Amino acid sequence: MLSIKNLNVKYDNIRVVHDVSLNIENGELIALIGANGAGKSTILKTLSGLIRPESGHIFFEGKEITKLPSHEIVEKGIIHVPEGRQIFAKMTIEENLKLGAYQQKDKNLIKEKMELAFDLFPILKQRIRQLAGTLSGGEQQMLAIGRALQGNPKLLLLDEPSMGLSPLMTQQVFDVLTKLKDSGITMLLVEQNAYDALEISDRTYILETGRIIMEGKSSKLIEDPKVKEAYLGGD
Amino acid sequence: MRLRDSNLFKFFIFVLIPLIVLIICGMNSTNYYAGLVHLFGINIILVASLNLVNGFSGMFSMGHAAFMAIGAYASALLTLETNQKMTSMSGLPEWLMNLTLPFPIALLIGGFIASFCALIVGFPVLRFKGHYLAVATIGFIVIVRAVLDNEDQWTNGARGVTGLPNYASTWIIFASAILCLFILHRLLNSAYGRSLIAMRDDYVAAQTLGINLTVCKISSFCISAFMAGVAGGLWGHMQSVISGKFFYIEASFKIVETSIIGGMASLSGAIVGSLIMTFIPELLAPLETGITVFGIQLPELYGASNLILAALLILIIIYRRQGIMGYNEIITDSLFSIKTYTSILKKSEYINLYTILINMPKKLISTFAAASKTDAVKNKKRKERRSKNEKNS
Amino acid sequence: MMDALTYFLSQFVNGVKLGSVYAMVAIGYSMVYGILRLINFAHGDIMTVGVYTILVLTTAFGMPLWVTVIISVIIAVFVGLSAERFAYRPLRSAGEETTLVSSLAVSIFLQNLLVMIFSPQRKAFLLSEQLTELHSFGTIRLSTMNIITFITVIIVLLILSHMIKNTRIGMAMRACSDNMNAAKLMGINITSVIVTAFIIGSALAALSGLMLAGEYKTIDPLMGFVPGLKAFCAAVLGGIGSLSGAVLGGFVLGIAEMLFAGLMPTEFTAYRDAFVFALLILVLLIRPNGILGTKDGGRS
Repeated sequence: MLSIKNLNVKYDNIRVVHDVSLNIENGELIALIGANGAGKSTILKTLSGLIRPESGHIFFEGKEITKLPSHEIVEKGIIHVPEGRQIFAKMTIEENLKLGAYQQKDKNLIKEKMELAFDLFPILKQRIRQLAGTLSGGEQQMLAIGRALQGNPKLLLLDEPSMGLSPLMTQQVFDVLTKLKDSGITMLLVEQNAYDALEISDRTYILETGRIIMEGKSSKLIEDPKVKEAYLGGD
Repeated sequence: MRLRDSNLFKFFIFVLIPLIVLIICGMNSTNYYAGLVHLFGINIILVASLNLVNGFSGMFSMGHAAFMAIGAYASALLTLETNQKMTSMSGLPEWLMNLTLPFPIALLIGGFIASFCALIVGFPVLRFKGHYLAVATIGFIVIVRAVLDNEDQWTNGARGVTGLPNYASTWIIFASAILCLFILHRLLNSAYGRSLIAMRDDYVAAQTLGINLTVCKISSFCISAFMAGVAGGLWGHMQSVISGKFFYIEASFKIVETSIIGGMASLSGAIVGSLIMTFIPELLAPLETGITVFGIQLPELYGASNLILAALLILIIIYRRQGIMGYNEIITDSLFSIKTYTSILKKSEYINLYTILINMPKKLISTFAAASKTDAVKNKKRKERRSKNEKNS
Repeated sequence: MMDALTYFLSQFVNGVKLGSVYAMVAIGYSMVYGILRLINFAHGDIMTVGVYTILVLTTAFGMPLWVTVIISVIIAVFVGLSAERFAYRPLRSAGEETTLVSSLAVSIFLQNLLVMIFSPQRKAFLLSEQLTELHSFGTIRLSTMNIITFITVIIVLLILSHMIKNTRIGMAMRACSDNMNAAKLMGINITSVIVTAFIIGSALAALSGLMLAGEYKTIDPLMGFVPGLKAFCAAVLGGIGSLSGAVLGGFVLGIAEMLFAGLMPTEFTAYRDAFVFALLILVLLIRPNGILGTKDGGRS
């Protein structure tokens, strides 16, 4: 569904992503894990068109999307839930969700997706007229995911959804991701929280200083002694 | 070794040649072109002092012309003869009426008064950041202009003050300019200067390092205003006429423009910027009075030079945001380094410079060849890529 | 006593007249500022471009005013969009000071372009008698133009507020103003949002230019800059980024300025402009976000 070929990205003239290639099949949940500054967020930003790559190609459903502007990438069905949530703080929850459906024309679909968000996150319905900035961190994360769903994504890019959340909240968010996976949405999940990411994903890529150093089935990697030591606190 | 590393070369370019030019100007100080050189010297002071605030401290003031005006008026009041003041500024108190001071002292007092005004204005205004500060400082210019135009008994109103003695010689202008550059150079290389730069680069981090930001902001603003006041005094005693309209928003913009073109975060940038902005308008001036190009008589194009400079400014901020010099300090570093001066006594420096110059044509040819070679490689790659893409599609 | 009251009232009405022009300019400023965080110094000069267009078309071609207004709006929009395309768009990732200087350069460019074409001399700008005809309301006298200006401001405010609140593009504008990057990720084409803001801003600049010139009765290439700057002060006073704030700020500033000019002893009347900026600095110190503002203060 998505394939990245030999991607190189520079940030402030420093190359932070080196020759990364990556493949995602339809329906998969892929995790991309690695330490702080490994280049995970940069890859996602490049996918969604916020950053231009230095070289390399990105194909989505067989078509090259490398140089498309963000709004055209959204049109193709790739939706990015950014790091730090980035909700529209001065707008209501309803407006945030409506903005998520900015490109959707089908009124029934919009309604259906809004209901979906309310099913997954009942709290959003209760606070529908409240300004999004007044929500707690976990609620904002729910809003960010709910908002992304409004765009009817084929591929969902999630950047550190567990960041800054309490363990309970994190669990809730990961439960939702599992539900979304079951409903058939393909996902690319970037996480520092390696254990949880390995648990729920089908396959995992491990990124170190901008290079992919390992990839494979998550169930295998989670048993791998090297991975255990470097990313799972080596027990 | 490259040419720019040769101390002797630096001596010739940055010390000897300017010195010769200044000596020639000093001997013909009434000459039109000498006047331009004087203006260049004053611009250096204005722009370098603005760079202290805008480039090194990370604030953004657009009110420099106001401090210039304060310095110009204050020093004028101190150098004019009593009878001149009697006729145009009748409201002055008696002690000021009878006070006539030597020019350098008047300049310094002008600077101090400008600096004092900066202190008063700085406390409220420097709390703003970014463009709010810019607008507030523009507001300050408007306020100063209103005072100058309306307090007739002190300033002779909108008619301005005329007949300022022609004290601003080549020497005093460039002595002041060099002194200002030297002070700024030393300041910026001191702990104080580093704290200003830290404040510019990271506000919060600077605070956690124990830097008192308010003190930093206000002190650098006052130092900058002092120098602008001195420059204003020099300007007044060069033009011999001052009035509010010379120190209005356009004048301030011109200083900001010069600062950005040269490079806000560089004292050498102030010199380069001033050089460009003093002499290019002269080159463009014929456009404004109508010239003949290839036998076609162009009409008089008032404003053409400002228009071209504005376009240049836009191009520079788009393609070279940090200005021509960027963060480079080659001019001031070599002006204030002992090595530059001792190099004239060293035989090895002469030999070095000689070999560099001898090798110059060879080197130029080889770099040119290398450049065209890489171009050829690039073109080839581009062609390959294109044909590949065509195949793919 | 009665006289004093009448005088006060007439100054107040003058303030409303001036304020409605400021409000009109301030709305345009606010539209662009709200989205790009850019003080478009060239806004005032786009106003001047509009005025000169009207002058040329009426004097040289004898066109009726309404036709010239439409053409001047088109030309102002063209100038505004060119500025956006060539001077602001390449700087979108740059800091606010950089774009500020760029807008300043555009302003100088436009001023000097007008100087080149029309010479720096002042020119008379007279509206037709129908528009300058005075109507008496008790002791207050207003020209037709004054009434049109006031009504236009209110209508523009209502239409734009509705647009911002309820339409798709309006919601996109608010989203861009709130968080530009997130707006991109929602699939909003931010370039088209910015272009829309410039179209609206420049069109309003052309209209307000006509209103300003109608008040001044003479025009020159530099006429737009200071009123433009004052209108920015008005927008900041009211709370920049909010349209009703811009309009409120415009009226507050206009009324304050006229009351200052009318009620202070005569030796202070020349300090009108100084008063405006002093007021701005004072308000910003007390309420950094303006009267109606709630967000992104100018203070550190």
